[in-house]
Amino acid sequence: MTDFPTLTALIVLPALGALAILFVPRGRPEIARALGYAASVATLGMTGYLLHDFDTHIAAPQLGETHVWMESLGVSWTTGIDGISLFMVALTALLIPIGMLASADIDNAKSFTMWLLVLESALIGVFVSLDLVMFFVFFEVVLVPMYFLIAGWGHDNRRYAATKFFLFTMAGSAFLFVGILTLGYLYERANGTLTFDVQTLTNWAELDGSLSSSTARLLFIAFAIAFAVKIPLVPLHTWLPDAHTDAPTAGSVVLAGVLLKMGAYGFLRFAIPMFPDAAVDLAPVFLVLAIVGITYGAIVGAMQPNLKRIVAYSSVAHLGFVVLGTFAFTIEGLQGGVFTMVSHGLTTGALFLLVGMLYERRHTYEISAYRGVWKVMPIFGGLFVAAAFASIGLPGFSGFVGEFLALIGTFISSRWYAVAATTGVILAAVYLLWAVQRTMTGEPDEENDLPEINLRELCTVVPLLGLSLFLGLYPAPVLDRVEPSVEAVLLRTCVADDPATPDDDEAVVVQIRDECPEDAPIPVAAEEPES
Amino acid sequence: MTLLAQLAPIESPSIDWFAIAPPLALFTAALFIVLVRSIYRHNPLIRPLALLMAITGVICAGAFTFVQWLLIDADGPFSSTGPYEAIEGMVAVDGFSVFVMTVVLIATLLAILLASGYLGRERLEAPEFYVLMLCSATGMMLMASANDLIIVFLALEILSIALYVLAAFDRRRATSQEAGLKYFLLGSFSSAVFLYGVALVYGATGSTNLTKISQYLATTTILDSGVLVLGIMLLLVGLGFKVGAAPFHMWTPDVYEGAPTPVTAFMAGATKAAAFGAILRVFFGAFDLYRTDWRPAVWALAVLSLLVGSIAALVQTDVKRMLAYSSISHAGYILIGVQAANDAGASAALFYLFVYALMVFGSFAVVTVVARGGDENHTLADFRGLSVRQPMLAGLLTLFLLAQAGVPLTGGFVAKLSVFDAALDAGQYPLALLGMLTAAIAAFVYLRIILAMFAPEDGADIVRGKTRVDFGTGVALTLAAAGVLFLGLVPGRVLDFAKEATCRSDEIVAGVVAPDDNDCDVEPESGSPAPEASPDPG
Repeated sequence: MTDFPTLTALIVLPALGALAILFVPRGRPEIARALGYAASVATLGMTGYLLHDFDTHIAAPQLGETHVWMESLGVSWTTGIDGISLFMVALTALLIPIGMLASADIDNAKSFTMWLLVLESALIGVFVSLDLVMFFVFFEVVLVPMYFLIAGWGHDNRRYAATKFFLFTMAGSAFLFVGILTLGYLYERANGTLTFDVQTLTNWAELDGSLSSSTARLLFIAFAIAFAVKIPLVPLHTWLPDAHTDAPTAGSVVLAGVLLKMGAYGFLRFAIPMFPDAAVDLAPVFLVLAIVGITYGAIVGAMQPNLKRIVAYSSVAHLGFVVLGTFAFTIEGLQGGVFTMVSHGLTTGALFLLVGMLYERRHTYEISAYRGVWKVMPIFGGLFVAAAFASIGLPGFSGFVGEFLALIGTFISSRWYAVAATTGVILAAVYLLWAVQRTMTGEPDEENDLPEINLRELCTVVPLLGLSLFLGLYPAPVLDRVEPSVEAVLLRTCVADDPATPDDDEAVVVQIRDECPEDAPIPVAAEEPES
Repeated sequence: MTLLAQLAPIESPSIDWFAIAPPLALFTAALFIVLVRSIYRHNPLIRPLALLMAITGVICAGAFTFVQWLLIDADGPFSSTGPYEAIEGMVAVDGFSVFVMTVVLIATLLAILLASGYLGRERLEAPEFYVLMLCSATGMMLMASANDLIIVFLALEILSIALYVLAAFDRRRATSQEAGLKYFLLGSFSSAVFLYGVALVYGATGSTNLTKISQYLATTTILDSGVLVLGIMLLLVGLGFKVGAAPFHMWTPDVYEGAPTPVTAFMAGATKAAAFGAILRVFFGAFDLYRTDWRPAVWALAVLSLLVGSIAALVQTDVKRMLAYSSISHAGYILIGVQAANDAGASAALFYLFVYALMVFGSFAVVTVVARGGDENHTLADFRGLSVRQPMLAGLLTLFLLAQAGVPLTGGFVAKLSVFDAALDAGQYPLALLGMLTAAIAAFVYLRIILAMFAPEDGADIVRGKTRVDFGTGVALTLAAAGVLFLGLVPGRVLDFAKEATCRSDEIVAGVVAPDDNDCDVEPESGSPAPEASPDPG
């Protein structure tokens, strides 16, 4: 199996499924659906194999391959996976079939299934690309299926939401694109070859003297704008509530579960390792934005009359923890960030699924329309409360582990930021529990005489909550695999940080040095992935 | 008597027929159609026969072009000593001309296929239409290999005059008449400006031959270069008009909207390729040394075109007008490549032209079908719900529009990538950023069309009824879509083609100018430093 290009196959398989569905006649949605399940479950199976194949102790990307793609432009098809991307791929492979299962009654199932598969293919492409242009290709392609999912199957305001989503991301990507090309050209000027290979560029860019500090900072900002739109960090977040609210359930699940992680992943994979100096210098900005996101998301979420919007704003808050942990530049913080990315995919996915079930029954997201749901739908109520607790970060669920690690990590390096962020934990409890109280408890009226959750719906939610519970109790499988990779990221920031010139933000700088071993080896691409 | 005897007989240059075979093939086909048409005036078979002859002409021209390329590629007589200059240096045959000719031929072939169904539907005179189209294409082909400003001008006129008539071809429709007249008036004005520029350049350098101009400028320092620079600017204005670059774009929306849609597709794809070919050859070839003078002007044209094209498109409700404005912004992208003034820029511009011809053609082809009888229905409302009534058409148009927006995995992305590559290579970071941001603005326009097709407003009137897609249109659409996807997925071949094409022309047309910052020799350069670069980071 060593020669089998697993990662490329993971990209191609869903795409092939989508292509096959294209030729299914319109009147036979059941065939399209069957093909959709087949392709996505096969992808999930292959991801399982990937988890098994993955060597826990290697920090450098593994299982990848390199091919020439556009030679004269220096673009290659390079794949590879490490502890960070591994779980993003797994999350994608898990959420797509669940999204399909959750949308069993949707109109025009053929196109819907097709777009979901295209989305899966593109998302996996994003996480396994180790060529900057290839990454950008998939980063942009993701927009297209998501756009059609929102525009075609969304709710009332779908046209507006879909367009806003597309344009925000595209405008953000403009900076990323120019940044990528600039980096490639600066490399060419210095070394004579044009390449967009991530490892080559990273190893070069972080060296002293490769880039002047102002260039590095500008490039970092260019990358950061694109990723901040995706995450989304607060001033750039306005597309998210609209997109979430008006997207169909499966769209929201994938949007929250995976799409938002593309931004955080971009920071971890590209922006920080390539421009560690700039990242450390600008860390306070991101820490502040993260805290604003955490508290702002919570406060605005609490005010929403729309159940789905609450969950959407909770994403803003959760992703704030991811950014917080990332820019704390400690092992715990980074691990917590990645763990929160995984955990948020599970818990928020579950919440969106449950909210979607309510919508299917009553065709409204207004909180005021629901009362005493728990009484008429006991199983549903139990799951909803469990999902809410999981999202709040109750110990025992995965959310707790991630947020706790992120906060600990932040506390180690930048104490007061952690203190400020902790208020967000409390606020999260406020808005979600308040929503639970208003919808689930009380005496149901006639309108709320809703049918209980059925087996199919159960099959969508239970795996997510079960996994969240499992990882909450036993997080080691994830943390073990993430650790070498985030350590590698962290080491770059240490090496970048020159101890001779303690400057700027003392809190950050000093603490990072404590974390860094004295003569930290630069984590060079240890082994070239076998092609 | 004696006086006459004393005069040396005027020497006519020997004519190398092979060098001008591709345009001649087209022109011959046009003549044959006219001939056959005048003999069999009322024979109903004349339509398919004319179509067949037109296609044969294009294929013959393609074959000649291909043979030329084989000779060039094999370092044969055509390129070992520089450009093969035929007919007293009037035309140059090199990779560059072959590339532009290829684009023109592809666009012409597709336009003929598209027109075959359209003409039947609109009951227009088919043979004459093909004749005009072939004449126009002849001019474009000639323009691609023109190595003399006079030939550039002649080619410009040949292509334009046929196009004026084509724009007004649907004589029953007032908008078509208006388009023709408008195009004619503004076009002839711009031709005059161009000619004035030729005169000034001649005055300053003593020649109209591009190679000679370049040699003269390399060996002579012109102390007072005002006349020359003014001449260069006038040339830029004249050609800028043809490519529809802002601020010389005023005619574009009206003409594109009014002209019969297949003509619009042809105009957008092929004319732009030919005119940009001329721009590249004139500015890179003859005036390479004066790049510091013309680069700022091209820069301004690029910025204006990007802004005008993307922003003005926002307020349009007519799809043809939207596409017209988007073609202005595409001209801006190509100008980004031009103003980079390096080899990468030239080859990027060529590649962009190739992709652009396909995607703009595809978009207009779908519009042709949707416009239905009368060619009147091309407002946004006519596209409402197209995904329901004709999903294939809607899917294709979506593909072409996304390609125009530069979404990856389509040719449009690779085209933008290569153009920005060149711009950044020349240190034009703000321009590249502006280009990407206007791409986002332009994307809004494309999204409006896509939204109308896939997710019309609730309760809006939805046009019912299918329109038949005839065979020719179907073939043309399939070819264009396949091309756009192919260039997005595996663009390597065409990229290399564009690269080789510009390299050869640079070392050739520029004559004495030593290409300093060029990285033409792709193979050796990219191959050798790689091994020594990789251990560095460790």
